[in-house]
Amino acid sequence: MPKDGGIGASTVRREDVRFLTGTGQYCDDMNMFGQTAAVFARSTVANGVIKSIDTSAAEAMPGVLAVFTGEDFVEVGGNPAGWLINSRDGEPMKEPKRPVLAHGKVRHVGDAYAAVIAETVEQAKDAVEAIEADIEELPAIVNMKDALAADHYVHDEIGTNQCFDWGWIEDNRAATDAAIKGAHHVTTLELVNNRLVPNAMEPRCSMAQYNRANDEYVLHTTSQNPHLTRLLISAFVLGIPENKLTVIAPDVGGGFGSKIYHYGEEALVLAAAKKIGRPVKWTADRTEAFLTDAHGRDHVTKIELAMDKDGNFLAFRTETMANVGAYLSNFSTATPTFLHGTLMAGNYTVPNIYVNVKAVFTNTAPVDAYRGAGRPEATFSLERVIDKAAREIGMDPIALRRKNFIKPDQYPFASAAGLEYDSGNYDALMDQMEKVADMAGFEARRKASEKKGKLRGFGVNAYIEACGIAPSNLVGVLGSRVGLYDAATVRVNATGNLSVMVGAHSHGQGHETAFPQVVAEMLGIDPQSIDIVHGDTSKIPFGMGTYGSRSLAVCGSAVVRATEKIINKAKKIAAHMLEASDGDIELKDGVFSVAGTDKSVTFGEVALKAYIPHEFPLEDIEPGLEETAFYDPANFTYPSGAYCCEVEVDPETGKVSVESMTAVDDFGNVINPMIVTGQVHGGLGQGIGQALLENTTYDENGQLLSASYMDYVMPRADDLPFYTVDHSQGNACTHNPLGVKGCGEAGAIGSPPTVVNAVIDALQSGGKNVTHIDMPMTPHRVWSAMQNA
Amino acid sequence: MTKVTMTINGKSVSGEVEGRTLLSSFLREDLHLTGTHIGCDTSQCGACVVHVDGKPVKSCTMFAAEADGADVATIEGQANEDGSLNVIQAAFQEHHGLQCGFCTPGMVMSAAALLKDNPKPSEAEVREYLEGNICRCTGYHNIVKAIMAASGQDVSAIAAE
Ligand code: FES
Ligand code: FES
Repeated sequence: MPKDGGIGASTVRREDVRFLTGTGQYCDDMNMFGQTAAVFARSTVANGVIKSIDTSAAEAMPGVLAVFTGEDFVEVGGNPAGWLINSRDGEPMKEPKRPVLAHGKVRHVGDAYAAVIAETVEQAKDAVEAIEADIEELPAIVNMKDALAADHYVHDEIGTNQCFDWGWIEDNRAATDAAIKGAHHVTTLELVNNRLVPNAMEPRCSMAQYNRANDEYVLHTTSQNPHLTRLLISAFVLGIPENKLTVIAPDVGGGFGSKIYHYGEEALVLAAAKKIGRPVKWTADRTEAFLTDAHGRDHVTKIELAMDKDGNFLAFRTETMANVGAYLSNFSTATPTFLHGTLMAGNYTVPNIYVNVKAVFTNTAPVDAYRGAGRPEATFSLERVIDKAAREIGMDPIALRRKNFIKPDQYPFASAAGLEYDSGNYDALMDQMEKVADMAGFEARRKASEKKGKLRGFGVNAYIEACGIAPSNLVGVLGSRVGLYDAATVRVNATGNLSVMVGAHSHGQGHETAFPQVVAEMLGIDPQSIDIVHGDTSKIPFGMGTYGSRSLAVCGSAVVRATEKIINKAKKIAAHMLEASDGDIELKDGVFSVAGTDKSVTFGEVALKAYIPHEFPLEDIEPGLEETAFYDPANFTYPSGAYCCEVEVDPETGKVSVESMTAVDDFGNVINPMIVTGQVHGGLGQGIGQALLENTTYDENGQLLSASYMDYVMPRADDLPFYTVDHSQGNACTHNPLGVKGCGEAGAIGSPPTVVNAVIDALQSGGKNVTHIDMPMTPHRVWSAMQNA
Repeated sequence: MTKVTMTINGKSVSGEVEGRTLLSSFLREDLHLTGTHIGCDTSQCGACVVHVDGKPVKSCTMFAAEADGADVATIEGQANEDGSLNVIQAAFQEHHGLQCGFCTPGMVMSAAALLKDNPKPSEAEVREYLEGNICRCTGYHNIVKAIMAASGQDVSAIAAE
């Protein structure tokens, strides 16, 4: 390992220095010469017909430069869904157009129908107030069940509120039904996976510049994937050629999925910048973020688990309604389907699985991928029904899981939900969890809690997820409209330092530190001489960005491939310099030497030679030392884990406190343990938030009741415990060069069922026959459940 | 417009502000001190915490005019004189107390205010003090750990790398 930190070192993060000194450059921190401000007029009703919009008074207001309405964008394209889902009957999903600004109808509170560009934000806000919009309110469609039964529609032109009715795997349906019918025991559970607002702490912001001299645009925006944003704007929405549009995602203050998607505000500022010939900036306030960022989860599910008399799993069957909100956001159709149904085997050798998902349009904000995206929903359903089943048949919940675990000698394992798991050892994870969580001491802790008048519960969970979504050939067959590879360019500069251009985008994940660790390890050089360049389409070959725990597994693999090409070429140059043949050159600790001799040149000398190619064999080797690789994975990666937690429930108030939380994960090989642990911590915080605190509530009129931090309960420091995180049980991924699996979403996937299982255990230990409580398990819900038990 | 003069990070600055101009806007827009962040519009998130006359203040809740004559400290002035990270900043880096960095300036300013009043806070005291600072990335574990470490306490027993 290079002495200052290669693979496996908990190197502290270099990006921290700028964030700790206030010198980070987030989108809203930047200003352009001549900049103007955009403010949006947003619907206050959930469903309404736009009768007329009179902008004349607004246009006459001081400082106003332009006013846009939906009318200005009827000629441009809609913001598309990235994944085509076919219904069970073969019909393609319904895809109503998602315009830049609402036209004809507004479809959720916060739907933008006009925008003002003015000299200052205040002037633009004042002018928005002066827009006279005659919007006739219609009854809102909020509840999914009602939506499916309704005879009026979020999108009149499609004549239904059902986007699709998907079956997975349709050919397994009859066998699954039969297995359930003939089973010794069937456990059924109906549950809600509560709707969440991602709440990255940095609100979205977009700033556009237009250069008339060469017809070029630059968009600075809060994005997890600037190339994808550019592709959507270029190919679908505004049609600006990609070579005329640069998209830059500078420092981005968290994403969690919500900044994957292209939003209408980005298109608006681009169009406005061209029209007025000056830069245009829009920054969301928190209320706008609540109203318009894509939300997450929002599934209503019925799950059945069939078992034989010994507790062997025979079948899982689920029926889910998934809310997609008022418009299809870019990955909203993939999330409840291929990121959810395919995971429904969990960690188990169950032979029959059938998943049905109906996606439903409602007059609410669009719903899309949020940390975990489909996989938390799958895990939650499975691990809750398994826990319930264990209680019903009187078996220990860990023993029931272990009985049905896929065993280490069964890999590669073809799951009944259609995936091929490459590696894992779920019993070993469970063993480690029992050890580090001191399960043996639980009864004593329970007694201590009881002495204080509290009920103590222990909850457990096993999860598997599919990360680094791939390969392009497969996802293409399944309906994906994009490829899912990534790219990297390694540029060795003449003086021996490196710039590594990566398609992944770091908005908290620490790529600027971790990626150089990989390159430094391979080249045997100081990681400090390596810099990552990310987030700028004009500097990077291409890339699909960061989400789905894919950065290291996919983009990191591209970095490895590009670095291998560098080594190959550098060896040729070294061979020439040392008058040896390529095959005899060895690279160790940054030095190329001829095997078995003391002849050597340093990496730096080779780099210099590449750019000052005197006496260079130009017929064999080109000058320069720069290589690009695109990497398309052979399969998903399959991180897995065993989690447990202990809670105390106050029987007087129903308040739950999480006393301990243990996460034992198999992430394969780990590049920077400190960063990986931090990723798990963050996921745990969000997962506990989902389980206990966070809820997105619309009233029957479609008004978002939880649209601020006064009403939407974010987890705070005193809601959460210290966590125990362990990744000692890694089984290397078998099909990517680093053997890595992905760690960004695990905590948010594994923790919600763990907490719910623990609360149910606590209540049952107190003699309350409560079998399920929906999240968030607020004091009121827990207390009410106890009263009704 | 009124003229305001204040000391910011040891330097005297003045500017013209409207009555409704918030201290946070004055810092970010007029003085280009963009380390102070805006994460909400209900004074809940704490991304905007600065010190005014030694006390932590959410700068989005105070008008710039109210800070006339005050001594203001922001994240930009926290590093040691030689530019190296101060004890709290260094502890945040050492213990990975930040990810996206957006909440970080507010966290560091709140931590500094806490440690001034309570030089050796317990875990519970740190957690309670951070009630007004939201972080979405870290799950708080490493923030609490970093603040305790910055106070000179041994945090090696707190789990994780
Ligand atoms: S911006 Fe001041 S508390 Fe959120
Ligand atoms: S580090 Fe991202 S919000 Fe705290």
